[in-house]
Amino acid sequence: MSTARKGHYGAYGGQFVPETLMYPLEELEAAYNDARADPGFRAELERLLERYVGRPTPLYHAERLTEAVGRGRIYLKREDLNHTGAHKINNCMGQALLARRMGKKRVIAETGAGQHGVATATVCALLGMECDIYMGEEDMRRQEPNVFRMKLLGARVLPVAAGSRTLKDAINESMRDWVTHVRTTYYMLGSVLGPHPYPEMVRDFQSIIGREARGQILELEGRLPDLLVACVGGGSNSIGLFFPFLDDTDVRMVGVEAGGRGPALGDHAARFSGGRPGVLHGTYSYILQDAAGQVVPTHSVSAGLDYPAIGPEHAALYETGRIRYTSVDDRAALEAFHRLSRLEGIIPALESAHAVAYLSQADVDPDGVVVVNLSGRGDKDVAEVARIEGAGP
Amino acid sequence: MSRIDAKFAELRAAGRKAFIPYLTVGDPDIAATGHIVLAMDAAGADIVELGVPFSDPIADGPVIQRATDRALRGDVSLPRILDLVRWIRDRSDIPLLAMSYYNPLLSYGLERLGRGAADAGLDGLLVTDLTVEESGPFVETVGAAGLNTVFLAAPTSPPERIAAIAATSTGFLYAVSRTGVTGQREALSADLVDFIGLLRRSTEAPIAVGFGISTPEHVRAVLSEADGAVVGSAIVQEIERAVDDGCGGTEIAERAGALVRWLRGAAEARPA
Repeated sequence: MSTARKGHYGAYGGQFVPETLMYPLEELEAAYNDARADPGFRAELERLLERYVGRPTPLYHAERLTEAVGRGRIYLKREDLNHTGAHKINNCMGQALLARRMGKKRVIAETGAGQHGVATATVCALLGMECDIYMGEEDMRRQEPNVFRMKLLGARVLPVAAGSRTLKDAINESMRDWVTHVRTTYYMLGSVLGPHPYPEMVRDFQSIIGREARGQILELEGRLPDLLVACVGGGSNSIGLFFPFLDDTDVRMVGVEAGGRGPALGDHAARFSGGRPGVLHGTYSYILQDAAGQVVPTHSVSAGLDYPAIGPEHAALYETGRIRYTSVDDRAALEAFHRLSRLEGIIPALESAHAVAYLSQADVDPDGVVVVNLSGRGDKDVAEVARIEGAGP
Repeated sequence: MSRIDAKFAELRAAGRKAFIPYLTVGDPDIAATGHIVLAMDAAGADIVELGVPFSDPIADGPVIQRATDRALRGDVSLPRILDLVRWIRDRSDIPLLAMSYYNPLLSYGLERLGRGAADAGLDGLLVTDLTVEESGPFVETVGAAGLNTVFLAAPTSPPERIAAIAATSTGFLYAVSRTGVTGQREALSADLVDFIGLLRRSTEAPIAVGFGISTPEHVRAVLSEADGAVVGSAIVQEIERAVDDGCGGTEIAERAGALVRWLRGAAEARPA
């Protein structure tokens, strides 16, 4: 992606924050640039990703799923097999090493589904850092097992009662905490959102997904895939898979947003079909907002996709047409949740189930090769799915 | 010369300082806001800051968040806010500075905003989450329409940023008293004198200090160094108490006016 102005992706991105945060962002950018140029930093990150996180994750040929879809050869990039059960830790490990290098003793983070919170709490335990996680009260209810996990890992979970009590409000509260304790605190943002350098830094840390997948598919199939599919909340697992393939013009990519209950504003989190450009949480991108520019509540069965804005690089890739974005609704995601569980013995996160659900409408040749990012495992969702479906598992 | 420029020139000539109260527009409703602003004017406010409600106020503490929630129950879109400015302008010449997050302004359209705001009689705009780096389109449209574009300088801003902010800010320079969100504090930052000194070396424009100023002692301390003091949350909290007490618009305005008079008195009192 060409970035004509620093931290911009076409017309999108930038730094829209209270002035108090500008120097800390400059400091973060300088520290990150310094770290990524340092072979010692990269070697330590690689070592931890391999021996602690469990990378590389497998690229698995899902034969029974392929048979059910009826065309193509479907591979799952098994990010669910990472330590802590999702792709989130790829980013957290990188940022935690950076925070330590910057001499920060306290880490704060927001979480929606709880996966980023768990990953943050995990790396903070590993590196001995103080950890406070902001989480909307509605998400704490939906993802109760993850709340307990974070506490077990030594983090404090701070409930956010404002607004829609979901990810958006947890980010508001994290930014307020950061602006107040900016000299001592590291803000570990969990997606390709927020002001520069976060979208770039998080993308870089998540790109290991696509780099591995590229090597693995070349080894397994002897060629590049025809189609990549990933769900898009803020957009970190999707950009992580897509980014290393962007220059491979024959590789099509589809980002799957949360269609929620339906197309009415407030019932979904499909930013491209239902939103328009604006500024939220420090960046200029597509946002679900009303006519007066107030951000509207979103809905998705999946807490991790339930967010009104999308990463700015996605906005640029949408406008150039390099990536196609679509959405699947709650019902289709729940069907895919069951389908993958029964066909492959893999219970996917409800977020990842959106990507799996898209396969039934995907345009794939009979011998087309498809890579789906299975961004997380579904253990955290089991109780919520049982509640929604009105029965025990 | 805007009303804000003229006010600071007038105060400077008289050896006085500016007292600048803030309120959230539409808290508890637009009509009440109009009455409160007039009461503030009558109570000796020099400039009034009109807070434009936004769904995600990341720079605001709990008091202004609650005011925002109350305001957003009604229609506080830009056209309604500009109608309010017009209503006030028919009754008062007090300089009005709107303080907003960027998204409601972008959504309304910057060109339309510049024209509409100048026409309604608004004097300036301050955008909480707009940095000088990103401010080009805003300054070109809103500034060109004749409005002041006021920017924030923070205690974390290094000298080179302060220089850029000072060069972009018109009307006055708004100094954030300390790191953090809006809201009341027990004590002011001890570094405030040094910070204002640093700003003085970068600009000849008036300097007003805000964030955390809530008592006559704070106002007095700030005004011994700066040209203006902004009080937000303390006033918004008084409005909240009046709302909770079941007061109507005129009663809320009286109580907010009384608080402004009390705090304004401190601005006039000579330090002992």
